[in-house]
Amino acid sequence: MAFSDVNLTRARDIVARYPRPKSAILPLAHLAQDQDGWLTAEAMEEIAVLTGVTPAEVQGTCSFYTMFKRRPCGSLLVSVCTNVTCLVTGGPAILRHLTERYGDDDDVTVEEVECLAACGGAPALQVNYEYHEQLTPEIAEALVDDYKAGRRTPRTISGAQR
Amino acid sequence: MAVTETRIVTNRLREFTEDSWTIDRYLATGGYDMLRQALTMQPVQIQDEQVKASGLRGRGGAGFGTGQKWSFLPKGIYPRYLAVNGDEGEPSTFKDHMLIERDPHQIIEGVVISAFAIEAHIAFIYVRGEFALGIERLEQAVADAYAKGFIGKNILGSGFDLEVVVHRGAGAYIAGDETGLLSSLEGERAMPRIKPPFPAVQGLYAKPTVVNNVETMSTVPHILRMGGEEYAKLGVGRSTGTRIFSVSGHVARPGNYEVELGITFRQLIDELAGGVRGGKQMKFFIPGGASAPWLMPEHLDAPLDMDYVGSELKTMLGSGAIMVFDEDTNPALIAWRLLKFFAHESCGKCTPCREGSMWLEKVLFRISHGLGRPQDLDMMLSFGSTIVPGLNAPFSQTTICAMGPSTMSAVVSLDRFFREEILEMCNAGAARPTIPVTSA
Amino acid sequence: MTDVNDVPKVERPPGVPMSQWPSAYEYVLPTGAPGTVTLTIDGREVKAQTGDLLIKVAQDHGTYIPRFCYHERMKPVGMCRMCLVEVEGMRGMQISCATVVADGMVVHTQSDAARQAQDGVLELLLINHPLDCPVCDRGGECPLQDTTLAFGPGESRFVEEKRHWEKPIPISELVLLDRERCIQCGRCTRFADEIAGDALIAFGSRGAHTEVITFPGDPFTSYFSGNTVQICPVGALTATPYRFRARPWDLSAVETSCTTCSVHCRGALESSSNRLVRLLGVDSEPVNHGWLCDKGRFGYEVVHSEDRVRHPMVRKNGELVECSWPEALDVAAEGLKRALELNGPKSVALLGGARGTNEDAYVWARFAKGVVGTDNVDAQLGDGIPAEVALGLPEATIADLDRAAAIVVVGLDLKEEVPVLYLRVKRAAEELGVPLIELAPRDQGLTRYASTSIRSLPGEQGETARRLADALGGARGTDAGADAAAALLEGRAGDIVVVLGRGDLAESAASTVRAATELARLPQARFIVALRRGNVRGAMDLGLAPGFLPGRVTLDAGREWFGHAWGSVPATVGLDAEGILRAAEQGRIHALMLLGTDPHDDCPDHALAEGALNAAGFTIAIDAFVTDSTKRADVFLPVTMWGEKAGSVTNLEGRVQRVGQKVSPDGTAMPDWRIAAELALRLGVDFDLEQPEEVQDEIARVAPAYTGIDSTLLRRARDGAVAPVADHRDELVLGPVSIPLTDARWEPIRPGLDAVELEDAKTANDEADALRADRLTSVAQSAGAPPAPALHRFTGGVTDTAPPARDAYALRLVTGRTLYDGGITVAASDSLSELVADPVLLISPQDRDRIGVEDGAEVRVTSARGSLTLAVRADAAIGTGTAYLPFNLPGSGVSDLVDLSTAVTDLRVESLS
Repeated sequence: MAFSDVNLTRARDIVARYPRPKSAILPLAHLAQDQDGWLTAEAMEEIAVLTGVTPAEVQGTCSFYTMFKRRPCGSLLVSVCTNVTCLVTGGPAILRHLTERYGDDDDVTVEEVECLAACGGAPALQVNYEYHEQLTPEIAEALVDDYKAGRRTPRTISGAQR
Repeated sequence: MAVTETRIVTNRLREFTEDSWTIDRYLATGGYDMLRQALTMQPVQIQDEQVKASGLRGRGGAGFGTGQKWSFLPKGIYPRYLAVNGDEGEPSTFKDHMLIERDPHQIIEGVVISAFAIEAHIAFIYVRGEFALGIERLEQAVADAYAKGFIGKNILGSGFDLEVVVHRGAGAYIAGDETGLLSSLEGERAMPRIKPPFPAVQGLYAKPTVVNNVETMSTVPHILRMGGEEYAKLGVGRSTGTRIFSVSGHVARPGNYEVELGITFRQLIDELAGGVRGGKQMKFFIPGGASAPWLMPEHLDAPLDMDYVGSELKTMLGSGAIMVFDEDTNPALIAWRLLKFFAHESCGKCTPCREGSMWLEKVLFRISHGLGRPQDLDMMLSFGSTIVPGLNAPFSQTTICAMGPSTMSAVVSLDRFFREEILEMCNAGAARPTIPVTSA
Repeated sequence: MTDVNDVPKVERPPGVPMSQWPSAYEYVLPTGAPGTVTLTIDGREVKAQTGDLLIKVAQDHGTYIPRFCYHERMKPVGMCRMCLVEVEGMRGMQISCATVVADGMVVHTQSDAARQAQDGVLELLLINHPLDCPVCDRGGECPLQDTTLAFGPGESRFVEEKRHWEKPIPISELVLLDRERCIQCGRCTRFADEIAGDALIAFGSRGAHTEVITFPGDPFTSYFSGNTVQICPVGALTATPYRFRARPWDLSAVETSCTTCSVHCRGALESSSNRLVRLLGVDSEPVNHGWLCDKGRFGYEVVHSEDRVRHPMVRKNGELVECSWPEALDVAAEGLKRALELNGPKSVALLGGARGTNEDAYVWARFAKGVVGTDNVDAQLGDGIPAEVALGLPEATIADLDRAAAIVVVGLDLKEEVPVLYLRVKRAAEELGVPLIELAPRDQGLTRYASTSIRSLPGEQGETARRLADALGGARGTDAGADAAAALLEGRAGDIVVVLGRGDLAESAASTVRAATELARLPQARFIVALRRGNVRGAMDLGLAPGFLPGRVTLDAGREWFGHAWGSVPATVGLDAEGILRAAEQGRIHALMLLGTDPHDDCPDHALAEGALNAAGFTIAIDAFVTDSTKRADVFLPVTMWGEKAGSVTNLEGRVQRVGQKVSPDGTAMPDWRIAAELALRLGVDFDLEQPEEVQDEIARVAPAYTGIDSTLLRRARDGAVAPVADHRDELVLGPVSIPLTDARWEPIRPGLDAVELEDAKTANDEADALRADRLTSVAQSAGAPPAPALHRFTGGVTDTAPPARDAYALRLVTGRTLYDGGITVAASDSLSELVADPVLLISPQDRDRIGVEDGAEVRVTSARGSLTLAVRADAAIGTGTAYLPFNLPGSGVSDLVDLSTAVTDLRVESLS
């Protein structure tokens, strides 16, 4: 799906911020992902038009960055850090637990990520880029369930405020 | 006498935890006063008499003199750009995260002053994409600063114009490299570029560009407030001022501590961060982020002095992240996890880093999971010499950016401090990770 | 070594070293002041120019530093790290591909550290490489193999699982990608982006998972895609036409020129078992920089087409049936004699000749004009530029584009017609900063690189050119577009190079002639006449044009000279193609020779061609294929094709280069020129020509513009010779001056593959001087010969007529050539024929909305001449009030709409829904 009218206007504003349109690829991809829940091929084609490059270049750029999901993912993206500080404080156990718990749940995508810069509160994870720290597998599961049940309001898939 | 923090950059966010990021709080605590003052000065005055005189060195990791970096801008070539590096991704570093979330105006004030000093009219603040709340607050702060006339056309009637663009990253450690960041800002894959040309000469859009870290920018208003020479009195030797150290791992009180440079690792780790938790002994610590070669308990009395740590301890203070590991830690497992990180984050441009990090990761996985072979450690050191010729500190490199040599820090450290343990592990073929691991 | 404060110049002068070319990232490597530097490489002192790259300097002085990502024609990127060397005083190892030489630099390429780094990088490159060399196209000529042998470790210590990918995957109809073999050097992606401007491939993902990608549904359809296969340093990219066809050690090569279009890119033509299997680009500095377009690269398939005519045929009982050569030649000669006897030489005409060699053109011209006595001879088909203009304008060379004050492109779409010239103009504009002024009826290939684009409606080109010429000449203020163009020249010295062609075949040639006339008024204007047909320039140069004799002299000027050389020449100027076709239509052509030409499909006015072919008398086809035109012949004389015959050709800048023979024909086909000689013999004249070299020597003796360009010079001149050689003496390079250090096919292949091997450069230079001196004085003055005629000069004076007003409901037709068209090269090549697009009428979005049709809808298109039905689509590249339809695309039928006698073609477009 291409940009909605509102987002197309925003997209053009974003392009105008930069001395060169190509610089807008990352922010436009975030915008598209927020709109669609993932980064679709149609969005990349439209970004190519807006930034004056080829779709292959847009894909080349976007596929470099881990935040862009190029296939559909759950509406809740749970990013669990297992880098060294979280490794020695229990991150892998949280990852394993959540992966098993939500393995069959299409709404929840659990991913392993690199250091989230929250080591002071390790182990840490993000739900749609909202930080949660000092967790155990049980607390983490309760947290995700809170989001699922609507007791917490998640950010968008790219982390913008809804 | 117990050491305490010296809170300069972190003072506001520690004092006013409820609203330190708002413009009201910022203005109520003297915010933007230094900007007013700066705009009455000559740019060259700020450069020389303040920033250069302060001895400020970049807080991103490389520790290059900020004033010196500014002075490399070629005369008479415009436009110039200021790019601010808030793509904090070095494992166990979380100071910029805090500064962006909790004191964004301080960054902006530093940015406007610096842009004025280097005669740039567009500044880009590149923020790590995962910092959702930080970006939200920084964007709000930029909007508020525009509204108050601290950014925009004719700032505070000075005739100086500056646009500030918050640019959101999207998940790539290497975008935190100086030229990787510029590639990313240009909408490219965040691949570092060959140097020369250096960014100061041909940076963003091939125009003269200064790339400075968020903490560096946050320090600039304080240098003006204190005076460059006064600021330089803090610290030790060429490591002037304060730095924020992120202490994490097996310590009782992990967190960010802003201290005057020159105190010892022991003071920072034991007195401020509460020492190793659970009454255990320290096995080793990493002094400057994942890229830094490791240190042992016998090094704890060394000062936090960039030059000393480099020349005497053959490692670096890097991004100011100190990771502490207790006696039960399997060093091979830590090394493997760091290499897993580097293999994941290698941009793929230079062969030694792209292939080398992948190979190191595979071998370290085997070793740390009980499948090591006796020759593995020496083999890693051997092919690792392609990444770091000679393996001697300071590391030389065969790659464009410093990520190449970073991949060898852990391996060299294993060899330096844990050779017997690793060989035993490999020989026994029965090593077991002391911490459960799920991923490979 | 390098001062960070050393600011590169903002202006990039022509001829800048590669370190100064902007890359995708636009930066240039810092260098010191221009001049010469002295450095030491492995103990030897060498001199170099400021700004040169160390890797190139070392190579030029005999030291080959291994490399994968570096390519001489592309900006260094420093990816593979294979070229690491030690430079004294610099910390660590340096990549020689991005190190700019400096005075006093001391370099070690073979020190222990350097060897260790090379060895180590190779080991790392190989850990994920599949080592499937026995089944890889590259095996046997693989840089990774070769470099490993020369510089690498003996064995691998890697015991882990290698990286796996699905393989191979097609990234276009012509190119397959094997990601396991890829070593991520970025040569292909950089070529696509920087050189071709078609960034349809890119790197995706990162780290060890980096892969070359295309966007889903958007394959690598670049016209230049085959170059990526050639420069790939492993077997990651393979070409479907070559894949598994041969092993490198079974191949033999001959250096040749590609004659698919008139640029004549140099190439190495390779065969195995008497089959052509590959054409590789040879790096000729003045011509193609090593690049080929895909049509040229893969067009060799036409040679082995099943449809080739292998034996002569004569018409018996209404059918063409095979016969012997003597019978066929006798029938042809008899037919000509009969026409001559009954109706005289003016009843005989020759069309074509642009597909052959210079030898073919010359001998056929001598036959037609010197033996038959007719001047009704034309290598073009009413779709070109009259010889009077094409042969008489002040000329520029391709290399002049690099140093021009400005480039003016008039009319044609270079990307579609002369693709590698497009690359050269793009480079001049984009990298060398030469202002590019485009004058065209629509947005086309070069538009995105143009400094300014001036649009003109069909028929108004001459008038637009006048305003441009006025502005460039200093008279400003009447036309904003022209003024903007003129402003680009401020502060720039040098020539204005005009690339002149036919952008619209529905518009009368007079319009182009008028544009040439106007621009030729500028004293600094020099021209490249860009006509597409392979050797159209050679054909015109050597007399296959009405009113001209070989060597760019007019019939009148050369009458005495050629009368002496040949015995006789036609009395009066004959008809051009349009005239010949009209005369034929009216029954006044009693013998028609079709020399490798297909008026039925290739003349813009189909009705005229059809009528002419039907009404022509005795018709002789000299061709390799039965086409819609030659199927009507009374006698069919099969000819050898490119790759099957040796000779020389002349490209659009007047450069004469050799074409080589690599295979022998399957059948009894003969070179065209031999057929002319045989016919001449039957008409009582013995040309006494047995070998192509003899023809070359005769051309050098009698064709004034070709004086001195004899078989010896052609064999020795590395880059050929630009005619007239006296004006281009300094450009002659004789013998292989730089001996290639490697014969690796992925490196730029140096010209001079089969040039005479010389002992050393000194001998080469001595001989070169002698030969040069010789050429300057060698106007062959045999006793009693008249003075040599002056070369023709175009003096202008041709005017076009103002086009009729366009009524508000009509659209003015623009039809231009497209690369993959209905021509025989494409149609008879298995790989290329797949690439032909369906014809679509393109109109502006405004006109689409006015007419009220959807994209893709069928419309009826009607001109005064005819009508047809086809799909329509809106395209912003098309100007309002015009409609674009590709020329000679199967099914487009555009020639049904065009009347050669009118200035423009107006269309009505009606919705059928």
